[in-house]
Amino acid sequence: MYYQPVWRLAKHIVIIVLMILLDRVTKTYNKNLGPALDRVSLHVEPKEFVIIVGQSGAGKSTLLKLLTREERPTSGKIIVGGIDYDKLRDRDIPLLRRKIGVVFQDFKLLPNRTVFENVAFALEIVGVSTKEINNTVPKVLDIVNLKGKEKRMPMELSGGERQRVAIARAIVRQPKVLIADEPTGNLDPKHAWDVIKVLEKINKYGTTVLLTTHNQEVVNRLRRRVVTIDHGRIASDKARANYTSATIAVDIAAAKK
Amino acid sequence: MRAKFTTFSRIIRTGMVNFVRNMWLAIAAMAIMIVTLTIILFSVIVNATFSNTVQQITNKIDVSVYLKDSVTPAQSQSLVGQLKSLPAVQHVRYLSKEDALKQYEAQNVGNTQLLQAINETDNPLPATIKIKPRTLNDIDQIRAFIEKPDTAKLQSDPASDSGDRREAIAKITHATNILRRVGAGAVVVFAVISVLIIFNTIQMAIFNRRDELQIMRLLGASTSYIRGPFVVETIIYGIFSAIISVLIINAVFVTASSSLQATSFGLLDISYSQSFFENRYWELLLIQLALGIFIGAASSIIATRRYLKFKTPKR
Repeated sequence: MYYQPVWRLAKHIVIIVLMILLDRVTKTYNKNLGPALDRVSLHVEPKEFVIIVGQSGAGKSTLLKLLTREERPTSGKIIVGGIDYDKLRDRDIPLLRRKIGVVFQDFKLLPNRTVFENVAFALEIVGVSTKEINNTVPKVLDIVNLKGKEKRMPMELSGGERQRVAIARAIVRQPKVLIADEPTGNLDPKHAWDVIKVLEKINKYGTTVLLTTHNQEVVNRLRRRVVTIDHGRIASDKARANYTSATIAVDIAAAKK
Repeated sequence: MRAKFTTFSRIIRTGMVNFVRNMWLAIAAMAIMIVTLTIILFSVIVNATFSNTVQQITNKIDVSVYLKDSVTPAQSQSLVGQLKSLPAVQHVRYLSKEDALKQYEAQNVGNTQLLQAINETDNPLPATIKIKPRTLNDIDQIRAFIEKPDTAKLQSDPASDSGDRREAIAKITHATNILRRVGAGAVVVFAVISVLIIFNTIQMAIFNRRDELQIMRLLGASTSYIRGPFVVETIIYGIFSAIISVLIINAVFVTASSSLQATSFGLLDISYSQSFFENRYWELLLIQLALGIFIGAASSIIATRRYLKFKTPKR
């Protein structure tokens, strides 16, 4: 460490300070179509709540898939929670995913298991003892306001409740980062807001939250940092933003100039 | 350590639960596995029986060299030594004139007249070297050695062998060889079919559970945790199939011994087969278990491979 140049030391410090670091990340699926993400750089600090907005096909999902290592970037650097993705071997991917909680638009719950079992599943696969599971899962279900519904099957729940089960599953291992990919996409406004409130609560407990959404109302009520993505580029990055589709359009237009 | 044990027991339990849940799929896969293992066991027994038959026939063949009375003990000892050093020779036995007489007397115990006639003359029997070849075809080499002038001049009569029986023995050996090859071919074909069908069964099971697998992957389940239950499931197939195949063969012998009066069936010496099976009951069961577990585990490991790859193309 002592003989390293100063800029290298600085890089180490940056890695420690930042929860998520993307440095000029480009992802090209098909060379004829151009890049899905074009030199995207993004810094997220620990305990931040970041909303990512953008139209369908703008590159939001690609961004999240790069973070969960479902896809590899064509070029650029990604570091999440101190893990450098360039140095990540395939067999270490499960270990990475255990440190990141993910919530999907389509919930991805196991239909033949109860609410309790669905949440317990995330702990089972990492070898947590049954005793600890019985201890932890009810607490987490309490956080997402699903106390008393442990024995229900996913089919018996409303969309909002299902999404909260999925959130419980994502946070039960206490990840440093929670990635929510359009968690309110399939929900009506009331249920959507229930889900968002749970995300806010989790963020208050100290988890970094990355949320993508189409929903302007959600963005406006949250009043958090908003990153707009358009055509694979970051069009704007504003703290405590208030948004309408018009302001998004202005941002995009400004970015194009 | 403790977490590993918890994970291991969860894998085993999940595998067992899946086995029960996919009962029909399991029965289909096990049926073909039972057929395969039964054929393998059957051919192992038949093979052993044929080997035994051929061995027994071959044991009856020997070459006898008759020595002149003038041959000195030193000469005969050196001849025996030379014969023993031949690779074609399995066993050499030297009979002196007295030994030959005793053996002749023993062979003709009832025939008092003949024995009397022999005893009245001076021992007419030559000293004899009895040579047992390793295999049927080794007789030619041994003959060539005996007929060399050096050795031929020591002999009172031309050497005798079981030459007349040789052709029949050769035919039997040939027939058993063909049967063995057919058996081996059948074993290979059925083993391949069995692996393919089990492979397909597992793929079907995976297809039914592909959402679950995807979710497990996204939640960070390790490859062995996802694959484990499938391997456990197919190992259970293997264990059941092995036990059932041994029971089937057992039942065949029970019915065969009660309904068939004969102890052999064409070339097949059934009584030997049965004793072979009964003497090695546990050994054969163990081999079957090992084979069943191997076939099951191998096919599920290969079948799950494709679904467990990480999608990491570098473009």
